[in-house]
Amino acid sequence: MHELGIARNIVSIASDAAKGRRVTRVTVEIGGLSGVMADAVAFCFDVVAEGTPLQGAKLDIREIEGRARCNACGAEFATPELFTACACGSSDTTRLSGEELSIKSMELEEAA
Amino acid sequence: MCTTCGCGNGAKALLHDLQSGEARPLDASREHAHDHHDHDHDHHHHDHEHDHASHEVMLEQRLLAKNDALAERNRAWFSGREILALNLMSAPGAGKTTLLERTIRDVGTEMAISVIEGDQATSHDGERIRAAGAASVQVNTGSGCHLDADMVAHGLDALRPAVGSVVMIENVGNLVCPALFDLGERAKLAILSVTEGDDKPLKYPHMFRASKIMILNKIDLLAHVDFDEKTAIANALRVNPQITVFSLSAQTGEGFDQWYDWLRREAARVQETAIQCC
Repeated sequence: MHELGIARNIVSIASDAAKGRRVTRVTVEIGGLSGVMADAVAFCFDVVAEGTPLQGAKLDIREIEGRARCNACGAEFATPELFTACACGSSDTTRLSGEELSIKSMELEEAA
Repeated sequence: MCTTCGCGNGAKALLHDLQSGEARPLDASREHAHDHHDHDHDHHHHDHEHDHASHEVMLEQRLLAKNDALAERNRAWFSGREILALNLMSAPGAGKTTLLERTIRDVGTEMAISVIEGDQATSHDGERIRAAGAASVQVNTGSGCHLDADMVAHGLDALRPAVGSVVMIENVGNLVCPALFDLGERAKLAILSVTEGDDKPLKYPHMFRASKIMILNKIDLLAHVDFDEKTAIANALRVNPQITVFSLSAQTGEGFDQWYDWLRREAARVQETAIQCC
């Protein structure tokens, strides 16, 4: 439900920074455990970008895999779910990646 | 309209001051509030460096940065006034309002409680809170599925909670979106009722992961439903090993003592912290 809002935020942040220039590409990072569906953001993006400096821009979404470190045994492991426990049995873990939700960069059209 | 939430341009967020009976749309003032937070991003340097090469501009910004900044402002506002602010989240019908009504009736005289009520429409819940004896403002989010920090800031403007009081923020009934949006609260509380499934913490892990407390409500119905209390608590702990669980019934009052003890302790802590930092 909130993916439309996330797409709006991408367009809003990039438009502000572009200061009137045309944006051709935006790169964002969305963690697999961020609670935001990358596909749904991509679906909304084109519609939201219409009529803005981002119209027709390519949206590059880098999906970041969830990983955690076990606070009991120190192992680092992939976490397909927010609550994936360590192989040692401990669920006391520190998140290393997977909750990213950020706009990294954009490309602007070359000035004529 | 706010770009933080997905509620769309057609969504009309409304604020009802239930003390004065006044209702006004949030849109105009919200746009204004956002103006102050239109960051200039500091990207100019990058522009120059890259203009003639790749034209790539580094942005490096959290997508929810605007909401987060407003939430921090709310947090500072609460802290400066020694106010304990709690964000109550649950599915619709889990009993948030009933929990608040009983709490206000039982401990409203020893601690001043006021409520920001979030719902898509109507001021029914706000009226219930007022009838229970607490001041409240109703924020209607229109088609929006959660409260955001800006809505709470405007709610506080209307509510004007007293120094040293407790502000309960009753979020829109929804187990997904509210977990993503910081409102500036001291703690998030997830309310799960036994008429839902005991696997809900696993199905909606973000909400239970973000919460400090899980309130297991409607335990007076345990004998009538297929819900295993131990399994529900184990599932919540699996998602969030730090979560504290209070089992209670907002209908009968059973189990409320531990909830009140926690409230008193947290309110005292907020005041101690305020004294230490000044």
